Amino acid sequence: MTSNGDLAARLSARAPLMSLQSVDKVFAGDVVALRNMSLDVRAGDFVSLLGPSGCGKSTALRLIAGLSHPTRGRIAWADGQGADQLGVVFQEPTLMPWATVEDNVWLPMRLKGASKASVRDDIHDTLRLVGLENFAEAYPRELSGGMKMRVSIARAMVTHPKLILMDEPFAALDEITRFKLNNDLLEMKAKIGCTVIFVTHSVFESVFLSDRIVIMAARPGRVIREVQVDAPYPRDEAFRTSAEYAGHTRAASDALHEAMGEAA
Amino acid sequence: MTIADPAPVAAPAMDAEEAVRQRQAQINRVAKWTLPSLVMVLSILAWHLYVTIGEVPHYILPGPLLVAQQAVEDWGLLWSAMMITTRLTLLALAMAVIGGVALAVLFTQSKWAEMSFFPYAVILQVTPVIAVAPLLQIYVDSAFVAALLCAWIVAFFPILSNTTIGLKSADHNLQDLFSIYGASRWQRLRYLQGPAALPFFLGGLKIAGGLALIGAVVAEFVIGRAGTGLGLASTLLEASYRFNFGRLYAALLLISGLGIVIFACTSLISHLLLRKWHESAIKRDV
Repeated sequence: MTSNGDLAARLSARAPLMSLQSVDKVFAGDVVALRNMSLDVRAGDFVSLLGPSGCGKSTALRLIAGLSHPTRGRIAWADGQGADQLGVVFQEPTLMPWATVEDNVWLPMRLKGASKASVRDDIHDTLRLVGLENFAEAYPRELSGGMKMRVSIARAMVTHPKLILMDEPFAALDEITRFKLNNDLLEMKAKIGCTVIFVTHSVFESVFLSDRIVIMAARPGRVIREVQVDAPYPRDEAFRTSAEYAGHTRAASDALHEAMGEAA
Repeated sequence: MTIADPAPVAAPAMDAEEAVRQRQAQINRVAKWTLPSLVMVLSILAWHLYVTIGEVPHYILPGPLLVAQQAVEDWGLLWSAMMITTRLTLLALAMAVIGGVALAVLFTQSKWAEMSFFPYAVILQVTPVIAVAPLLQIYVDSAFVAALLCAWIVAFFPILSNTTIGLKSADHNLQDLFSIYGASRWQRLRYLQGPAALPFFLGGLKIAGGLALIGAVVAEFVIGRAGTGLGLASTLLEASYRFNFGRLYAALLLISGLGIVIFACTSLISHLLLRKWHESAIKRDV
């Protein structure tokens, strides 16, 4: 038995940044999008939600973002945190076509009332972080798909949020671009020290990026199990071809098949 | 962006296909202006020959020389008439823009307002203005104001309808993003819905510009008849009563010219506002 002091210390050290507590989401017509989902996300985590379509991963993300509310259960935030301090990256770059790269990245701060002059340094530091420092004046249509996605990531990171939600951000990109962005994303995350919840349907991507993979199944959407990827960061191209990576991929893949089997 | 780069003089080994394309582009640039001009010159010539060779009486079809002569002779009268029609059209268009945009914003801010009033906007649009004009003449003292209302009724609907669709057409993920960042209604309107609606609004403006002129002409026909002496269309009608066909054609040409100038202006505004980012205004390389 541990003393009370020890317990409190251990609890606070492991206190999650955000946690879903037995969350259900039911849409009209008794469509159960999520059933009894619990998930603790601690500061610095890179958590992937992996599963087939219809498993509720995007629904979970929308709940965390505060865009909709749980039917049952609750979402708890660490003190001083909340859905209003997030960065979000969607599957599409979702940029404003009428605004330059710089103005797109300015948006989150502009909506908080910050003038461009007052945050110019933040904007340019973030553009440098994503490797687009020379494209501040460009319009989205002038950029490639990968570059647009980098702008989208810059917009999510510019406010230095504790938590960034990414909803299949690289699914529409070619493999070469996706690998490069995977590498760069880990580097950026390390630099700004944020926490990431990443929705994907690629086993390979989830293993490369995350330290925890939450495997989900569909109809109704639910968590099947959690797979730990205890390979240390930084991870680079060498990791992608290592035996360790192959092993984790197999484990995640098996778990996913199990999940699909259970669902069927 | 609109002007293609000049052909490189000593391009290293430009392939044959590219050379053909360059030459074609150059020819097209010249032809774009010369062909319609040529058609116009030939039509006027044909008109002149038809009238002189066929000895068509001037009260059936005046020749182009007579029309030109009459236009010069009546220039003072035609010019002041054109100023009235121009003012009528532009005022109606300005009111249509203000009214249409304001109502569209109201509709997107309040579903109830849209449900309540949109059907009436449609009724206003589908009721032929020529049937309403005589009524307006009865209820409104000033002929100018009555004509203005007529022109406004026809011009305002395309702006309302296009802007309403445009304001609703903003990307859904962007709308979610604005919610996540806690944007106010005003911020949403100004930074998201407004810019998203701009291409739609400008499309409506182009249509409304033409319709405002049509509305003004219809109103002048109906309302100007009572001897109130409105603009070009009244002049045209009056000239037809007097069998002054030279003046009639001169007025007709000025009305067309006015329409062309309005279209050119709205197209230019649209191009200037959209050229940096909207697909419709961007020239593709190949």
